[in-house]
This record gives sequence, structure tokens and C-alpha cells, in this order.
Amino acid sequence: MIFSYDLLINAVVSGILIGGFYAAVSCGITISFGILDIVNIAHPAFIILGSYAAYIVNATFGLDPILTSIVMVPAFYVLGAGIYQVYYFAFEKHNQESLRGLAFFFGLLFITEVSLVLYFGVDYRYVDASYSGPSWHFAMLDIPFRILVPCLVSLLLIAVLQLILTRTFVGRAIMAVSQDQQALRLMAVDPVRIKRIAFGISIATASLAGAFLIIIQPVEPSVGREYIGRVFAVCVLGGMGSLPGTVIAAMLLGVVESLTSTFYGPSWAPAVSFGFLLVTLAVRPAGLLGR
Amino acid sequence: MRTPAFLLIWLAIAAAVFGLSVAFDNDYVFFAGYVIMQYIVLSTAWNILGGYCGYVNFGTAAFFALGAYSTVAIYKYTTGDDTPSQFSMPIPFLMLIGGAVSGVVGFGMGYLTLRLRGAFFAIATLALSVVLETLVVNWDYVGGSRGAYIIRPENIWLIGNYIRYLFLIMMLLAVAAITIARLIEHSRLGYGFATIRDDELAAEACGVPTLRLKLIATTISGALMGMAGAPFPYYIGFLQPDSTFGLDYAVNSIAMPLIGGTTTWIGPLVGALLLGSLQQIATVTISSAVNLLIVGCLLVGFVIVAPNGIVGLVRTHWRRKPEEFVGRRRVDTDAPGAVP
Repeated sequence: MIFSYDLLINAVVSGILIGGFYAAVSCGITISFGILDIVNIAHPAFIILGSYAAYIVNATFGLDPILTSIVMVPAFYVLGAGIYQVYYFAFEKHNQESLRGLAFFFGLLFITEVSLVLYFGVDYRYVDASYSGPSWHFAMLDIPFRILVPCLVSLLLIAVLQLILTRTFVGRAIMAVSQDQQALRLMAVDPVRIKRIAFGISIATASLAGAFLIIIQPVEPSVGREYIGRVFAVCVLGGMGSLPGTVIAAMLLGVVESLTSTFYGPSWAPAVSFGFLLVTLAVRPAGLLGR
Repeated sequence: MRTPAFLLIWLAIAAAVFGLSVAFDNDYVFFAGYVIMQYIVLSTAWNILGGYCGYVNFGTAAFFALGAYSTVAIYKYTTGDDTPSQFSMPIPFLMLIGGAVSGVVGFGMGYLTLRLRGAFFAIATLALSVVLETLVVNWDYVGGSRGAYIIRPENIWLIGNYIRYLFLIMMLLAVAAITIARLIEHSRLGYGFATIRDDELAAEACGVPTLRLKLIATTISGALMGMAGAPFPYYIGFLQPDSTFGLDYAVNSIAMPLIGGTTTWIGPLVGALLLGSLQQIATVTISSAVNLLIVGCLLVGFVIVAPNGIVGLVRTHWRRKPEEFVGRRRVDTDAPGAVP
């Protein structure tokens, strides 16, 4: 068999592009799990919710999915802040987050998925956008715009998030809340309020990630489950709470998955993220850029 | 109450239930009863790790499916591909094999992830279902994504209809699971588990071998789930990856102990009987998707409002102290491994 370099390079490039999208999917988890220590396993369900929001608006008004998702950001923020409030009063306040908190998020994941199935059915949904069809040919590369656009916007999103976290007062407070809540309280900042804001932001990213997802591939309610392994693998590999680490880990995962599906078949791709997660946990639990 | 007496009482109850079901003379009773018994086993097994040690396992479906697919593999091996016949190994053997496979996988998973924070174990179990499903989908020998047929024998010696036999076996496994759970609860092992649940760091500092105990719990819990899955292909007749790895097993086996109450063996039993029967009724009268929605909402509602489940509610209602209710009086007298 002749080894095809064309295939290899195309696989690597599309892996990097998909990795950019994975970074957008995972950055919410990086904030909630990595920084706030809230094991939000329902995050992929909120991403699917974002996909359906983009789908409804796109199907009825023909609005661009990414534009829709930016308009929807405040709604997702409020949703996230509300969920954190419930989580705080029911679990975190009583140190019950390990068992019951996890069960709570699992219940949310399940309720969201079943509700979507009941309302929309299990048909695959997709959106129309000006960039969903054409692609860009460059030498032997073949880059479809429907992957390139989400990748670029998601890198922009992460850059904005990183600026918020490092340059603004609230962002610095969010980083501080993961280190020492007591010290934050001594500075007259309410840790619960900061955590509520941070969790709201993490869910708000799901709105954008959902729109990217439905641009890249058709979506049905249970697609989110495949992303659970991916987002946590990326978050752990990226060093728990580091946005640059998240981008690097996501691109690494994207490339390995893309190579696997090119050379072994797409049906093996879901196993890659789990292998990633297990190897990271066994070899280097602190991740690539771990503190 | 000593364990043999406890076991005898439950065997008597099981015999009574079986007699009553036979008296009904309606096969649907056995089909519905099988599912409820299966959920008693699954939720009790989940509770051994989740309730006693405080480690959440989202991979019930994975362990269950491991048991089911080891049965399919053995069925294919013993009957041959061309002429599927009804005769394979007896079901108790298949259960032992399925239990062993799931136990080993549980041990391996636990060894890799349990040394770290609890959340990692939970996430890894969640991903385990996805990966095992990928493996099964790509493994043509057990049917791949198309699924596998298993021909259920019509009758069996002494009992008659095969579904009655399956029901009886699952009920015996449920009795065994409850007995094991109760045995653990009142032994040195159970007290060790409870220290992990309450404060792992303090337990470790006091010399409790936490990793070893957690691995024991994961192995027992996984093995019981695998045993529950082994007869499933014979029950369903057509095994398909999508449904076998479905989230409903995971959500049910978490919801049942949490709704019943997690710290005692009674909790999962109450939860499984209640929620299992409710679902059987709801599936027939409303629809199966709605009944899953009900389970999800009940789970979220109970963890927020009644953190100790129905058993906890009953306890506060009776205003009794937990020690009296659980019956830990024998701790200081003749329990073999009482914690000082």
C-alpha cells in the first residue's frame, strides 16, 4: 500500500481545525470544572440546547447561526447563573457536591436530552449558512469553510475569555476563587457571586459552541454524549483551568481523532478521547500545562 | 439478625412472590417482574460503590452490557454461526462469566482512576460506555451495529415456560445482591467504606487502606452488574448496542438508590421496587420516553429536596436515631471484624 501524504496532511489540517472547535466546546468545562471545581457533566447537553436554539432561529428566520448564538448568550448566562444558585443552595453549601451534586447534573443532562427527544424527535437537524457549502483549495489542501469559520470564531472566543480572566476585576476574582475563597472574602468580594458569574459565563459559551456544532455536523439530542469524554479529556489534558492549555489539548485531540478516522475508520474515533483521558490520568494527572 | 436467617427470610419471600406470579398465570407478570428484579440488582450493585463509598459510577450500562455481550459471544461460540440453535451454556454459568468479565473491567478502571479525585472516576465511567459501545459496534462477531439474535428456548425442565425460569434466576440474584449488600454493611469492610464516604483524608490518615477498599467495592459492584446483564440477551431475544448501552440503565441505577436512600441496603430495594413498578405502569399507559423524563425529574427533585431519600424521610418521621433503625447494636459484641 502506498502511503498517501496528501491524506496525511489533510487529516492533520482538518484535525487542527476540528480541534479549534473542540476548544470552544471544552472552554466551558475548563471554567466550571477546572477553575470552579464544579463537575458539570451536563455541559454537553447545554451545547446541544445551543444547537437547537440556533436551528430554530435559522429555520424560522433564516438568521446566521453564529449571530443567533451571540444574541442568545445573555439567555444562556442567566440559565447558568440560575443553575449555579440551585446547586449552591442545595449542595455546595452543605458539602454535598461529590455524590448528590454529580447526580443532580446527571439528572439535568438526562432531562434535557429526553425533553429534546420528546419535542423534536430523534431526526438529525442541520442549518443553512452562506459558508456551509463552499471550501477553499490551496495546493493539495482542501479546507471546507463550515469547519474553518467555527474554528476561527472559537479561537476568538477563547482569546476574549482569556482577556476577561486576566485583565478584568471579575476575571481576576474568578481565578482567585479557585485558589483561596477565604482570602477573597477578606477583600470584601462575595465568592458565591463570583462563582455564579463564572458559571454563567461557562454556560454562555455553550450557546456559541452549540452553534458551531450544528454548522459542522447534523445534530440530534444524544450527540452530546460523545462530547462528554472529549470535553473532560481536553480539560484534564490541558491542565485543569488553563485556557491556552485547553486550546493545545483540543488541537492534539482533534489531530489524533482525525488521523484515527482517516486511517482506521470513523467508527473508531469516539474511543480516542477515552484513551486520551485514561492515559493522561494514569501518566500525568496535572495535564500538559498543569500548575 | 444473622445473615443465614436473613437469607432464609428473603428466600421465603422470593418463593412466595414466585408462587403468586405463577398463580396469576399471565406471562406479562414475569416479563415485568424480570425488569424490576434486574433493577433491584443494578441499584443494589450501584449502591455498594456509590452509597457506601460515595463514588459515583455512571457506567452501569457499560458493566451491564459487558455481561450481556459476554453471553452473546459465548452463545455464538457454542452454537456456531450457521445454524443458530437454542442450546448454549446454562444461564448460571453465563452469569458467572459475565460477572467475572465486568468485575475485571471494574477493577482495571478503578485502578487507573481511583487514586485521583473522585470526580475523575465518575467521568471515566461515563466515557467507558461510549468506548465499549464503539468496541462492540466494530466487533462483527457479536453482531456489530446490526445487533445479535439469541433464540430463547421455549421450555425448561421442571419450571415450564422459559421466561419463568429467567424471572426466578433474576429474583435469586436479587436476593443474593441484597444479602451481599447487607453483609458488607455490617462488616469491617462496610465500616471501612463508610469512613471513605465520610472523610477519605481522615480515613487514610488513620490507616484505612482506602485504595484497596475502593477497588474491592468497584469489583463487587461491577461484577454484580455484569451478572445482571448476562441473562438479558435471552430475555430480550435481540440485542442491539444502541439500546444496551442506553443512558436509561445509568439513570435508573442512580435514581433508584438516591430516591430510596443510599446508606442502607433497604434504600435501593425500596427505590427499585417503587420506581421499577411505576415505570412498568407508565410504559404501558403513557410512553417510554415520558417515563424516562419522570425518572430524571424525580432524581433531580429528590437530590435537592430529600437528600436522604425515602428511608431518610421515614426515619425523620418516626423520629428515631439512625443507629437504632439500622440495627448496628451488634457492633461491640460479636461482630468478627468490629472497628474499635
